[in-house]
Amino acid sequence: MKLEIVNGRVIDPKHGVDRVTPLYVAAGKVAALGTPPPDWRASRVIDAKGLIVCPGLVDASARLREPGFEHKATLESEMQAAVAGGVTSLACPPDTDPPLDEPGLVEMLKHRARSLHRAHVYPVGALTVGLKGMAITEMGELSEAGCIAFSQADAEIADTQVLLRALQYAATFGYAVWLRPQDPYLSRGGVAHDGEVATRLGLQAIPSCAETIALDTLFELARSTGARLHLARISTHDGVQRIREAKRSGLALSCDVAIHHLHLCDTDIGWFNASCHVIPPLRGHRDREALRAGVADGTIDLVCSDHAPVDDDAKQLPFAESEAGATGLELLLPLTLKWAREARVGLPQALACVTSRPAQVLGIDAGHLAVDAPADVCVFDPEAWWTVDRRSLHSQGKNTPFLGVELAGKVRFTVVAGQLVHES
Amino acid sequence: MHSPQLNAAGELTHLLTLEGLPADVIVRILDTAIPFVSIAERDVKKVPLLRGKAVFNLFFENSTRTRTTFEIAAKRLSADVINLNIGVSSTSKGETLLDTIDNLVAMNADMFVVRHAQSGAPHLIAQHLSAARRDHIHVVNAGDGRHQHPTQGLLDLFTIRHYKKDFRGLTVAMVGDVLHSRVARSLIHGLTTLGTPEVRVIAPKTLLPTSIASLGVHVHYDMAEGLRGADVVVMLRLQNERMGGAMLPSAGEFFKHYGLTAEKLALAKPDAIVMHPGPMNRGVEIESTVADGVHSVILPQVTFGIAVRMAVMSMLAGA
Amino acid sequence: MNAPGLPDAEGVLSTLVERMSVEVDADALLVGIYSGGAWLAERLGAALPGEHPVGFIDVSFYRDDYATKGLRAKVASTALPFDIAGRRLVLVDDVLYTGRSVRAAINELFDYGRPASIELAVLIDRGGRELPIEATWVGARVAVARDLSIVLDRGVDGRLALSVEPAGGARA
Repeated sequence: MKLEIVNGRVIDPKHGVDRVTPLYVAAGKVAALGTPPPDWRASRVIDAKGLIVCPGLVDASARLREPGFEHKATLESEMQAAVAGGVTSLACPPDTDPPLDEPGLVEMLKHRARSLHRAHVYPVGALTVGLKGMAITEMGELSEAGCIAFSQADAEIADTQVLLRALQYAATFGYAVWLRPQDPYLSRGGVAHDGEVATRLGLQAIPSCAETIALDTLFELARSTGARLHLARISTHDGVQRIREAKRSGLALSCDVAIHHLHLCDTDIGWFNASCHVIPPLRGHRDREALRAGVADGTIDLVCSDHAPVDDDAKQLPFAESEAGATGLELLLPLTLKWAREARVGLPQALACVTSRPAQVLGIDAGHLAVDAPADVCVFDPEAWWTVDRRSLHSQGKNTPFLGVELAGKVRFTVVAGQLVHES
Repeated sequence: MHSPQLNAAGELTHLLTLEGLPADVIVRILDTAIPFVSIAERDVKKVPLLRGKAVFNLFFENSTRTRTTFEIAAKRLSADVINLNIGVSSTSKGETLLDTIDNLVAMNADMFVVRHAQSGAPHLIAQHLSAARRDHIHVVNAGDGRHQHPTQGLLDLFTIRHYKKDFRGLTVAMVGDVLHSRVARSLIHGLTTLGTPEVRVIAPKTLLPTSIASLGVHVHYDMAEGLRGADVVVMLRLQNERMGGAMLPSAGEFFKHYGLTAEKLALAKPDAIVMHPGPMNRGVEIESTVADGVHSVILPQVTFGIAVRMAVMSMLAGA
Repeated sequence: MNAPGLPDAEGVLSTLVERMSVEVDADALLVGIYSGGAWLAERLGAALPGEHPVGFIDVSFYRDDYATKGLRAKVASTALPFDIAGRRLVLVDDVLYTGRSVRAAINELFDYGRPASIELAVLIDRGGRELPIEATWVGARVAVARDLSIVLDRGVDGRLALSVEPAGGARA
């Protein structure tokens, strides 16, 4: 298919492109920018007047719920949600059922995803067998099967010796390890941030030190093993501070934040709104401001959706019994734009957080529009407002704290590998 | 955020929490309870207010005392009372909380008195009923997790007002496991709403939430300091599960530092009253001589508790 | 607001006292319905010959309009400083209209015990009965429009006064 996208403002953060110019796509790749290739005849011309043309979004964490949790969501629904949200590449965590600790499962998942011709799926393999935190997985085999990194998802490794060995092994082969900094004992049983809201509502609390203590441990282990460490879902003011200092001291690591933590804090729980039950928990105002500043100054490398579809039944329970998680693939773009507007951050820098920078951390050729790059493109209207509700969401997970909220930023066209996979 | 307990006309339609309940509503409940106290002294202790109404006591957490007082209160209002002790067995059958509610609504329930181990369960039920347009069904929170126990808070306020008249000059000290106490949270909100100038909590750090001061209380780790000059001393129940874990070493050590003895009580005002939500752990929170002594108003609390619950249920059912 | 045609309350009370003095049982107990009937019962207790102990009754918990109107804002405590079993009672109220307050009061009294008899004394009878209830003694008969209420007030000096208000309160 030969695709021509004209009149749009092309923003490619990685290559510093930001101008109204035509984009030409052929044979699944970016063919040219500005001037058409020789003998060009488009099979389809898209008029992107008033729209932004940017690299397809790269989401560093989106749960697809297959295999094992098909009552919550399926690949079909979630892949549709991804491209409806302009996400063309996503990394999915290993906490499926069974967990992604065997090459066969990884291959099956990749195969299933490929056959749907939607977004590219990059599985993150389990760091330990069964995610149990005891024995390390066959990272070599898993890597060959397509895992781009290894993680524990939300499961813990309480035994620091196991953690050390896992990082040493990964470092031997240069595998990336993505870990959530959360001390299992300090966060045990907790469902909300240890602050005024949890006190008033009588909810078991997770103190900020659960994150900072875990960060300190991980910094030390990264220093001594040389592992490529990525810290997932930072949530505290002090956590951002520590990462800033660690980076300054020369430690090579990256980190991310979930998009809802840039907007919400614990007061949004209101009267026990279970759609605000997420892990890590929504923290205080001060934490939220620090996270926003951290993304703006680059301390936090990228923003992800942390997409976790949850079925209605699992949310219609008392807060502490409800399942944690929020849907987010389709909200990543508009919520990033909202942050950028409020923080007075330019579009190229904001879009970098969800395109080129996650692509770099994932280690994939994506998130940019150089000639010969895979043609994964997102065309969106930054001024189109839409209401987040059960009908407008393509994901099977309707569980979002933003239900009923009006957001600006509607994806009009999504191109994956040169094919138009979504238009609205 | 809009409080789900008041309807559009500002009337109390559920009693879920004392937090955010306007002072005039609290006072009205306390005033309405007064005639119910005298009803209890007649031979015929019933009034016909809730005749024909079905009150379901839904206790997901065991409590004979609280359930009994609600049952007595509802029966004295001439309501039909049905007791459901759900406990563990129902959840193991897989029926969700809201499914249970829907089934009971189909049996023409008018009021749910709910005790649950999870904070927020009564709020969830109230929201569910509202979404289903069942606004004539009222929910009374009989204790949810460590969140609130509003009827206990109200009967504590009633007791204090009965003996001390005006909140505005009082020093009230609460002693014990504040961290896990729904009774403490309810009482703190009630007292601060009614203008109590000095509310103190006395406990070791392990039994205090980190942000407790944000509720408007003064924190004391030393019981002698905390009791000095107090008009009201409220002893909170220490649940035995807390013992021996990492929170407290033993009952004996707790009693030594935080148990109410006659000696420590002498530091409070000479006419101080001693309260306890019950059931008491004698020798752990409170010494028998104090529990049975002249300062103790623990038994009147029980009587007032029935009257306050009658007041709450009749105000709700009439909304 | 005062409507023309409303009699002077103190005058009507005197008339009522006159009528009752002759006939009322020497051992009768007076029970006034809050709040107007309570003031009247006190005055009657003082003005009638002989000893007539006075009690007060609040009928809020026995009203038949609870389902539609809920509990009134102010509920007072019924205070009967005597045992009514086997006694002759005189219920006292300020305005007899539909008869529903009196019905509620009778039901409530029976929850205190079984009196030998109950008679009714009212300051004003305005007709409009919805139940088969009649007063034994009436101070004065007054007619007002259905959309008006007749209200008895007591001044700081203790003087009673009658006035009319738009109906809306739960007055029966």
